[in-house]
Amino acid sequence: MFKTMRASDLLKSRPEGLYCPPGDFFIDPVRPVGRALITHGHSDHARSGHRSVLATQETLDIMGLRYGEDFAGTTQAAVPGETLDMNGVAVTFHPAGHVLGSAQICVEHRGMRIVASGDYKRQKDATCLPFEPIRCDVFITEATFGLPVFRHPPDHEEIARVLKSAAQFPERSHLIGAYALGKAQRVMRLLRDAGYDKPIYIHGALAKLSEYYQSQGIDLGQLEPATVESGGKADFAGAIVVGPPSAFADRWARRFPDPISCFASGWMRIRQRAKQGGVELPLIISDHADWDELIITIKETGAAEIWVTHGREEALVRWCELEGIAARPLHLVGYEDEGD
Amino acid sequence: MNRFAELLDRLVLTPSRNGKLTLLRDYFHSVEDPDRGLALAAITGDLNIAAVKPAMLRALVVERMDPVLFGYSYDYVGDLAETVSLVWPQRQGHIPNHMPTLAEVVGRLQAASRSDGPKVLARLLDDASISARFAIIKLVTGGLRIGVSARLAKQAVADLGKVDVAEIEELWHGLTPPYTELFAWLEGRAEKPRSAALALFRPVMLSNAIDDGDLEKLDHGAYGAEWKWDGIRVQAVCEGGVRRLYSRTGDDVSGAFPDLAAAMTFEAALDGELLVGDPREATGTFSDLQQRLNRKSVSPKIQQRYPAFMRCYDALQIDGEDLRTLPFAERRKHLEAFIKTLDPSRFDLSPLVEFPDWETLERLRQTPPHPIIEGVMLKRWDSPYLAGRPKGPWFKWKRDPHTIDAVLMYAQRGHGKRSSFYSDYTFGVWSGPEGSEELVPVGKAYFGFTDEELREIDKYVRDNTIERFGPVRSVRADRRNGLVLEVAFEGLNRSTRHKSGVAMRFPRISRLRWDKPAAEADRIETLQALLD
Repeated sequence: MFKTMRASDLLKSRPEGLYCPPGDFFIDPVRPVGRALITHGHSDHARSGHRSVLATQETLDIMGLRYGEDFAGTTQAAVPGETLDMNGVAVTFHPAGHVLGSAQICVEHRGMRIVASGDYKRQKDATCLPFEPIRCDVFITEATFGLPVFRHPPDHEEIARVLKSAAQFPERSHLIGAYALGKAQRVMRLLRDAGYDKPIYIHGALAKLSEYYQSQGIDLGQLEPATVESGGKADFAGAIVVGPPSAFADRWARRFPDPISCFASGWMRIRQRAKQGGVELPLIISDHADWDELIITIKETGAAEIWVTHGREEALVRWCELEGIAARPLHLVGYEDEGD
Repeated sequence: MNRFAELLDRLVLTPSRNGKLTLLRDYFHSVEDPDRGLALAAITGDLNIAAVKPAMLRALVVERMDPVLFGYSYDYVGDLAETVSLVWPQRQGHIPNHMPTLAEVVGRLQAASRSDGPKVLARLLDDASISARFAIIKLVTGGLRIGVSARLAKQAVADLGKVDVAEIEELWHGLTPPYTELFAWLEGRAEKPRSAALALFRPVMLSNAIDDGDLEKLDHGAYGAEWKWDGIRVQAVCEGGVRRLYSRTGDDVSGAFPDLAAAMTFEAALDGELLVGDPREATGTFSDLQQRLNRKSVSPKIQQRYPAFMRCYDALQIDGEDLRTLPFAERRKHLEAFIKTLDPSRFDLSPLVEFPDWETLERLRQTPPHPIIEGVMLKRWDSPYLAGRPKGPWFKWKRDPHTIDAVLMYAQRGHGKRSSFYSDYTFGVWSGPEGSEELVPVGKAYFGFTDEELREIDKYVRDNTIERFGPVRSVRADRRNGLVLEVAFEGLNRSTRHKSGVAMRFPRISRLRWDKPAAEADRIETLQALLD
């Protein structure tokens, strides 16, 4: 098709976030704007205070749980695969495989198609729909793990290591640090899929979101609050506890007997990161694409141009150069480099 | 190979001794011969594999990937072995149909010639998982550095067969990897291995510290006393022309002390303390001794300036006769006669300290005649030489530790049970002219306090944090604010690594001085006065 649109006129970086001038909307803006299209519910992408929000129903629900029902002026649910017209710009949401409700946003105008992938991964995940590669002219990719050192192993192998350790140290509890939205539920689901059927103890910060996942038909089994009331130290012997990583350095963790600190994150690939964080059992489980997934995805989109956002842009840009694909870093402010 | 790799991954991140022992024991229990024995040898440093230089490793990897991408990766990870294990590309279309065992990996590496070594290594890396690649690279670059001593590994092996670790140590130098006869014995499938090897290590006898009230119960006439020398406990064994100088854990340290080893021309097994100097003239200080420690090679100059000698205090065997069952008084007579036949510049006798009563000994203990004496030893005249640490026959009675009042500067989160507590403390003392004093860190301690005190310090740290870096918090500490810690330590060395120029030996928190204003903590000059 004849393209009468330049990519940089269809989407451009502004202090508020990625902006589409002909459609007059932002994607994942970090400041309150008139119209926001949101890829997924993590707080650095989904902020409250926009006049109107377009996102998948799950993402809207998650924002409601986190910010209260009045998190935006008006909301509209986007159905994956259905195209909407925004001031003449065709907008379609497609599953991103990152967390429940996560989507890529495909923006098309006058023959130019750009896919903003948000955060994504390619490994199978029972708690969300799998990523769908979309053919496009420009693919905007994250690069959280954009270095050839990041290679995520199969997640079930990582979970098997926790279960083995729990058998080796039955007198101790295993504390798994995992982000409250997505990672925590995925870890619990993986434990269930590995046949672990005892109650899983959770930190209070995980309760609402885990309940929501269960209401969406994602079975996490029996979850118990890890409160002191629910048991003394001895009762947590042999227990598996899931909570946000920050809680484990906190006084909260003192209720557990000689805990083994585990952390489920792609960063755990690097020993020194695990060591510095005092992590004894690193679990390399990530909701972001690893190096191999990034380069496979770039090839599958067939994009002639790649824009690389938050993460280690330089290595991915270098790889694209070697492959003869045009690529440049797209500097967007406000996204957490460390989020996983 | 994957099980060995997994073991290394776990060990390197497990801080507690008991945790490491559990992991090792489970490994030795569940893995079959010869893999487990080779793993044991790799950990104890007894596995012989020709080393691959880091430059060679780097060359292998940049033949296979873009050097710029490798550069980005190495910059980020910071460790060559780890970077290479992560970025090593799978060969296109190559799916290994078999994960090599540790024995196969070791076998291929040992069989490789110097010229085809890199090719063999590359082939092994092609077929391995990421963790296994890391383990293979560690094997060929020498030194696992996983925080497990040879002794701890031997302890795990001893636990497996429910025997004393001393038995393993006594056997050790007569055994070779993969130790199948050792495991067979430990699992009750065979007799204890008997070794025909010469000059084996004899497990040493250790002492207990004197506790309050112990002395009143002891009859002073039943004990002999000697100075407690603050050198290195060694065992010199010569048998049928084989000479070995062992550390107290049975490691052969002859290589580090070639001057002393060369003077070992006798048929005996002697127990004593390695010191430096010429025993006929003067004994060196601990700082002098330090010049001979942790060195890979010892130059003739250093050997001449700081000659090593052995101050002997027991004889375990002389001219083929095992003396260990004799009482100490008898062994001592044999030793005194035997020492006269040895090179007097390399061997002397640890003198007895005469004392009519405990009070006299107490005075002597407090005012020893040489700085390298750290107290007195009490040995029962009628006791045989027993391996391990039997309660009763031998006591150490150390001089009181030095103490200093220092100010808490940084606190770091602990591990395991203590992972939610700030339990590792860096403390400092005042330095600089009056009116513009500042704290200089002089040491770090993480024990000596009760659980209750730990909770109090933890709260203090959280309430007085001024800055955070990762697991470390910087704590408010100035002339008016600050927590004063009384720190006990055994001695002080000069240090070029620390800004303060001193390094404490065995520091621990002896008291919390909530009552003491920070400005009244000690000054650096107090410590400097203790140096030599």
